[in-house]
Amino acid sequence: MATVFVPTALRRFTAGQSKVEASGSTVGEVIGQLEGSYPGIGERLLDENGNVKRFINVFRNDDEIRTLDGLATSVGESDRISIVPAMAGGSR
Amino acid sequence: MARLNRDQLLELARSEVQEITVSEVKNRIDGGDDITVIDIRERDEWVQGHIPDASFLPRGHLELQIEQRQPDRSQPLVIYCAGGVRSLLAARNVQEMGYTDVYSLNGGFGGWKDAGLPFKIPTVLNDEQGIRYSRHTILDEIGEEGQIKLLDSKVLLIGAGGLGSPAAIYLAAAGVGQLGIIDFDNVDVSNLQRQVLHGASDVGRPKVESARDRIAEINPDVEVVGYREPITSHNAFDIMKGYDVVINGSDNFPTRYLVNDACQMLGIPLVDASIFMFEGQVTVYLPKHIDPDSPCYRCLYPDPPPPGEVPSCAEAGVLGVLPGIVGSIQAIEAIKLIVGIGEPLSGRLLMIDTLDMTFRTLTVNRSPDCPVCGDDPTVTELIDYEQFCGMPSFDEHATENVAESFAETVTANGAGQPELVKA
Repeated sequence: MATVFVPTALRRFTAGQSKVEASGSTVGEVIGQLEGSYPGIGERLLDENGNVKRFINVFRNDDEIRTLDGLATSVGESDRISIVPAMAGGSR
Repeated sequence: MARLNRDQLLELARSEVQEITVSEVKNRIDGGDDITVIDIRERDEWVQGHIPDASFLPRGHLELQIEQRQPDRSQPLVIYCAGGVRSLLAARNVQEMGYTDVYSLNGGFGGWKDAGLPFKIPTVLNDEQGIRYSRHTILDEIGEEGQIKLLDSKVLLIGAGGLGSPAAIYLAAAGVGQLGIIDFDNVDVSNLQRQVLHGASDVGRPKVESARDRIAEINPDVEVVGYREPITSHNAFDIMKGYDVVINGSDNFPTRYLVNDACQMLGIPLVDASIFMFEGQVTVYLPKHIDPDSPCYRCLYPDPPPPGEVPSCAEAGVLGVLPGIVGSIQAIEAIKLIVGIGEPLSGRLLMIDTLDMTFRTLTVNRSPDCPVCGDDPTVTELIDYEQFCGMPSFDEHATENVAESFAETVTANGAGQPELVKA
């Protein structure tokens, strides 16, 4: 099972958990499994064509999946998947 | 060992040390030779003028510190003093340490000046500054030279709010010579939970004024330049030009894209950060002339989220201490860039989660397709960033409009829940 790091903004789908386990041999499958366990989270991540939204980055371990094989990027048992959304907060 | 008098010792040194003329040194420097020039005079001599690019290493510390200045013993080393006598003795000792290409400058700095060659009168710390910054100057990595770089530097803060407050306070204390602060806002009671630049008596005052007073109290060496206006495509270049580093603590996407693009176009390093609830992100975007492989904000986030889909701290909340941590990291990165030490946080995104209390760094690569820093840039001048982010074009009420539209979104989505993306 890969470990998925959930950003604060999506934790209401995971009952507040910052890390959840999900299985799948690719990042796409992991997201599919996440949606199965935590309904609603998938459409926060993917656009209507099933691609990762462009203001969200998904990393396998330290590397962004666009620099790997996108959603087809393979995922191993001990891999870490991080979801990193754009955030604007700073001043107010 | 033979007993030598002064003249005999000098004669011996002269026989063992190569001398070099001022014009040859000048030619070798101008020719781009990798030559290390060391000024071994006393501090009071150095401050009256020195050869440009020379390192100051007084005779008393020479043998103890030369290896830090030039670890490679085969590199050419020119040592000079005022007239070329002390440097003979110094060069002889350095040769004894195994340096093989050592020269004593014939005629010394006096000869250099008499030949009409350019010299530099250094900025030096006064006595009060020497004490104030002693914990910096004692660090080998900073030293007096690094502290002077800080005093000569200019840092621009986008926003004097959550992130800008700790960044401004620490950069002011560190002795950054000029702090530019852009913020058109006034201090509100709700700011005081995290915006430590401002106090209860500042409520209602413009943030740039409150910031100026607080910074003057921390360090009178620092000149504060306040810009009480929003940063836009029209004024960005005029404001940002001339700054050494920009620190982004803005609270909206149009400003983030604008500041990124302007920094890339002007060639200014950008220390970027954002915060949300308990979480922070920090990274550094370097311009091409410093690091051609550095990504920019658009490499990481090619498109902004649709308006209203990512709430600001005003809607979702933010732990007051969080910007204290994140803004302080920004200040450290700015200092590293100015002094030229360490590894900048570029090509790496630092993710801070204060609930888990985990700090993780993820790799961020430059995208060859990036419209700003990519191989074939398509955005080569500043654009309308409100339009780019799907918002109405900027006018003086834009911020309130955006805040209202966020508020509407949050209400529509059912009260106060942070919404990353609309369903």
